[in-house]
Amino acid sequence: MESMPMEVQHHHTAPTSFIRKYVFSVDHKVIGKQYYFLAIFSVFVGMVLSWLVRIHLVWPNIHIWGLGVLSPTGAPGGVMSPDYYLSLLTVHGTLMVFFVLTTAPQAGFGNYALPIQIGAEDMAFPVLNMLSFWVTFLALCALVATLFVKDGPPISGWTAYPPLSAVGSDAGPGLGMGQNLWAVSIALFCVGSLLGALNFIVTTVDLRCKGMTLMRMPLTCWAWLITAILSLLSFAVLFAACVLLFLDRNAGTSFFLPAGLLVNGKLQNHSGGSPLLWQHLFWFFGHPEVYIAIVPGFGVISHVLSVFSRKPVLGYKVIVGCLLSIGFLSFTVWGHHMFLSGMSPYSGFLFSIPTLIITIPATIVSLLWLGTVYGGRLRFTTSMMFGLGFISVFVTGGLGGMFLAQPSLDIFLHGTYFVVGHFHMVMGVAAIFGMFAGTYFWFPKMFGRMLNEKLGKVHFWITFVGVYCIFMPMHFIGLEGMPRRYSSFVNDAMQPLMPVHTFMTIAALTTGAAQFIFFFNLFWSMYKGAKAPDNPWESTTLEWTVPSPPPFDNFGGKHPVVSYDAYEYGVTRNGKDYIMQTDPPGQPASS
Amino acid sequence: MGKAFGVVLTIITTISVAIFVSRHWWFPEVASAHGGAMDHQFVETFVGAAIGFILAQLALAVFAWKYGEQKGDNRPIRIFPGGVKWLLVLAFVYVGSEIILLEFVGQKVWAAMYFTPPATDSLQVQVLAGQFAFYFRYPGPDGKFGPIHADKIDEASANFFGIDPSDPASKDDIVTAELAVPVNKPVELLLNSKDMDHGFYLREMRVQQDMLPGMQIPIHFTPTKIGKYDIACNQLCGLGHYNMRAFLEVMSEEDYQKWIVQQASLQ
Amino acid sequence: MSHSSGPLSATAVHDGRDLPVWGGGALPYAVPSKKLGMWLFIVSDAITFSAVIFAYGYLRLAAPAWPRPFETASIVNATVMTFVLLSSSVAMVLAVRASSLGKVSGAVGWLVATALGGVIFDILHIREWLGLIAEGVRPFSNPWGTPMFGAAFFTMTGLHMIHVTIGVVYLLIIAVGFGRRKLSAVDVEVSGLYWHFVDLVWMFIFPLVYLLSAKMA
Ligand code: HEM
Ligand SMILES: [Cu+2]
Ligand SMILES: [Cu+2]
Repeated sequence: MESMPMEVQHHHTAPTSFIRKYVFSVDHKVIGKQYYFLAIFSVFVGMVLSWLVRIHLVWPNIHIWGLGVLSPTGAPGGVMSPDYYLSLLTVHGTLMVFFVLTTAPQAGFGNYALPIQIGAEDMAFPVLNMLSFWVTFLALCALVATLFVKDGPPISGWTAYPPLSAVGSDAGPGLGMGQNLWAVSIALFCVGSLLGALNFIVTTVDLRCKGMTLMRMPLTCWAWLITAILSLLSFAVLFAACVLLFLDRNAGTSFFLPAGLLVNGKLQNHSGGSPLLWQHLFWFFGHPEVYIAIVPGFGVISHVLSVFSRKPVLGYKVIVGCLLSIGFLSFTVWGHHMFLSGMSPYSGFLFSIPTLIITIPATIVSLLWLGTVYGGRLRFTTSMMFGLGFISVFVTGGLGGMFLAQPSLDIFLHGTYFVVGHFHMVMGVAAIFGMFAGTYFWFPKMFGRMLNEKLGKVHFWITFVGVYCIFMPMHFIGLEGMPRRYSSFVNDAMQPLMPVHTFMTIAALTTGAAQFIFFFNLFWSMYKGAKAPDNPWESTTLEWTVPSPPPFDNFGGKHPVVSYDAYEYGVTRNGKDYIMQTDPPGQPASS
Repeated sequence: MGKAFGVVLTIITTISVAIFVSRHWWFPEVASAHGGAMDHQFVETFVGAAIGFILAQLALAVFAWKYGEQKGDNRPIRIFPGGVKWLLVLAFVYVGSEIILLEFVGQKVWAAMYFTPPATDSLQVQVLAGQFAFYFRYPGPDGKFGPIHADKIDEASANFFGIDPSDPASKDDIVTAELAVPVNKPVELLLNSKDMDHGFYLREMRVQQDMLPGMQIPIHFTPTKIGKYDIACNQLCGLGHYNMRAFLEVMSEEDYQKWIVQQASLQ
Repeated sequence: MSHSSGPLSATAVHDGRDLPVWGGGALPYAVPSKKLGMWLFIVSDAITFSAVIFAYGYLRLAAPAWPRPFETASIVNATVMTFVLLSSSVAMVLAVRASSLGKVSGAVGWLVATALGGVIFDILHIREWLGLIAEGVRPFSNPWGTPMFGAAFFTMTGLHMIHVTIGVVYLLIIAVGFGRRKLSAVDVEVSGLYWHFVDLVWMFIFPLVYLLSAKMA
């Protein structure tokens, strides 16, 4: 006996005009794709910038075509100057952290798949959803604009530590207009993320279809929900910090500026503030942010591993518990970025404790993935390959964190390439692998066509080996004490490391080139790929019950009813080895 | 494909571990009293991390090698023996012992550097960082530093510390562009910055500390080896950051006395 | 709008284990979603305010001395502002009640009264800002001591004033919409959540900014 809620009708009908359909669309599927392409654009620019940065390090005098036109002062005649290195580094870091890792895994795939996976027609607030995207888009425009303003992008890094970021152009190039644009961009980004996060939480809480209990949600949905909570709580702080930074720069306040600053021979008219305050506010956001980047990847990887191992996820409830505790703990560890900042050494010691404790849930999740793969019937699709690769790079990067979590070792490693290697592996590469796994997995649903698996495999192999070649050596030179954010090596002690740098640059160029295989595959398959069936991966979750691509309201006016857990694989039923979540209830088949 | 993955992953793991173990790229040789304990702790952490690294990567390699689906494969799936239980135990034991070992036993270095006050007979030197140079100030015979007046800092007249010439405490202060200290004598550095966040990074001494404007941050250590060492700025401070460096010269006691007398005469 | 089968009246769907399960949620734009959405917005906005208040506390505690310039007249003025804001919250409560009873004109009247409270608050506040500015208080300096006094004062009260102003506009939109019966009682209730929140924030700012900086006899 099922009585339908009274308001069962279509809340909105499919738009027909081009603008409403593809530009200012309120359809979560379109918005998801918009976020995805925003991230693809950003990752492309970010990657090109990382090439420029790497090239400058080993061939500082090389002439780069077109760069002289983009920035006549930063790269006169196409030869990058050391300060332009820092400018491009800032844009690289900001693009990658905010516009790639925070958009694609959460807002991109989340927007696309979350409502379908929980059996909803759309997000809870479709118009707000559209607004989030366009605010984020404006934020991206502001950041990209820094490349074109007179002084170029700020040289203060993605962390924008004051005084450098707060005193204005006296301190160096890009710190005038460029830094203002940066602050505006990040503040806008915060707003977009907050609105998005709110929407995700309400959707997950309110719009699940009949039978979709929390514990029946795919782990992806759990991951998106937890990430949304983290975003809601942490971006609010970064927003405040950006406002204060903006005031310091433009209204003469001194939140982050102490008295007596003598910059470039000019005594600054500021007093009463503290640069440490920015670091506290920034990292209170910054550490949850790295989990905002990686937790959606956790969800996707758990999902993909289960599908392609033909096994239920090992320890579903434990994984949910681990994600929750990681989310909670991530708000208690921000001080590990500040061990040597001049903060009280006692707090440094205290912060190192939760930092080490948070590795427990992370270790458990990694072990559970291994346990999921164990004894399965692995199908090595490209998506699965990136899933396996994810485990490898996440473990590698995570173990580096055990060194950095100890204040006494951080005394040596702080600010070295060891840190750069660590966070690229654990956050950058791992999250990117999650994105790739998600792309190869959901592309058929999103575009109704299959990606080419052969090209996918080539892409995987070069990328997998490549990232180890780029980022593993960073750990080695970190042990030698190679400082990060150096645009040139005048130091004799660093000269013997040049061959390593050359090796990493060549690896970065090669790995980057391999990404063109991916871009080609993506755009070619969108139009020319083989037609995708509804459920190409024999997967159980709701998005695979609807056509590829799904109709405007996802379920064609029907209301799915869920009777099974998300990962019923390895059973025998009607000649299949899985049970769809929406299959009619019956005796659970024996495995 | 799974077999290939297993092989490649094993190769990557082997090469990575081999390079670490070869110590081809490794810390510069330690030259301070507390540095040995720090290196020791690093090695302990490294052993722990290497065990985790090798076991996890090899398990992944073996599973990928072994469990690939063959055509017409009807082998039933196998659940991990014991379910989640042993994995949970493993995680708690592995990480738990690391935490206890590293956090509570191993924080002696941190404590020695930051919780214990410097020895009373330490040589005190004040350091002032600015875009893009370090300057050092010795208190002179009276053992007192006059205050830093930001408005009096003037590179042209070499008043790098903003010393007020009429201040008696500052009269005998000795300002240098190089840090020299006698060997085996505790040193306390008082770190200041006049403009940006800077970093004070002394690899061989295993000393590093950010320098923040508006704060005077003390650090202390005891150099144990005569030699000339590189001081690098390790906190992004602007366009000349990569070029911001100075030298620490550790000398014998006699050499140091000669040096300081000579520097005093140059003031 | 009634919920014949809302989430809580779970229709049991069995999965062979005989467990009653989630009966399914409502559609986009559904009523409870708006309320939850507003609550979440309030949580994040409260965190933004907390961050600014934290910054203020951090700098104030670190400062050797913090000006305490507010004379009795200022404190009285701020108390009147507090009273106005509190009264507007009472009006808001009445608006919500009237709307849930379906009394359209009553609800609209109380909403307008609430908004009016906000406007009076803003006027009193701006008058006070102008007074302080005339005394020489700026975000970067003031006659009494650390320049951070002015910075913190204008930032915190300014942020709050922006919230009040947005609230006034928001309430008026709701009043018009509800008057024309385009919006429901729940929309009024949701706007009430926002207004009470803005009121609550003031209850922190008033003691932290004013009372802690009152001139000691
Ligand atoms: C194509 C692959 C990539 C290469 C070759 C690369 C290379 C680099 C290099 C050489 C640096 C600068 C090191 C320094 O001078 O301090 C850097 C910094 C950085 N990268 Fe990447 N990167 C890549 C991908 C990514 C990804 C995917 C992320 C996402 C997390 C990322 C995030 C960052 C961040 C946050 C910084 C720090 C910027 C700063 O110091 O302010 N990178 N990267
Ligand atoms: Cu962190
Ligand atoms: Cu520097």
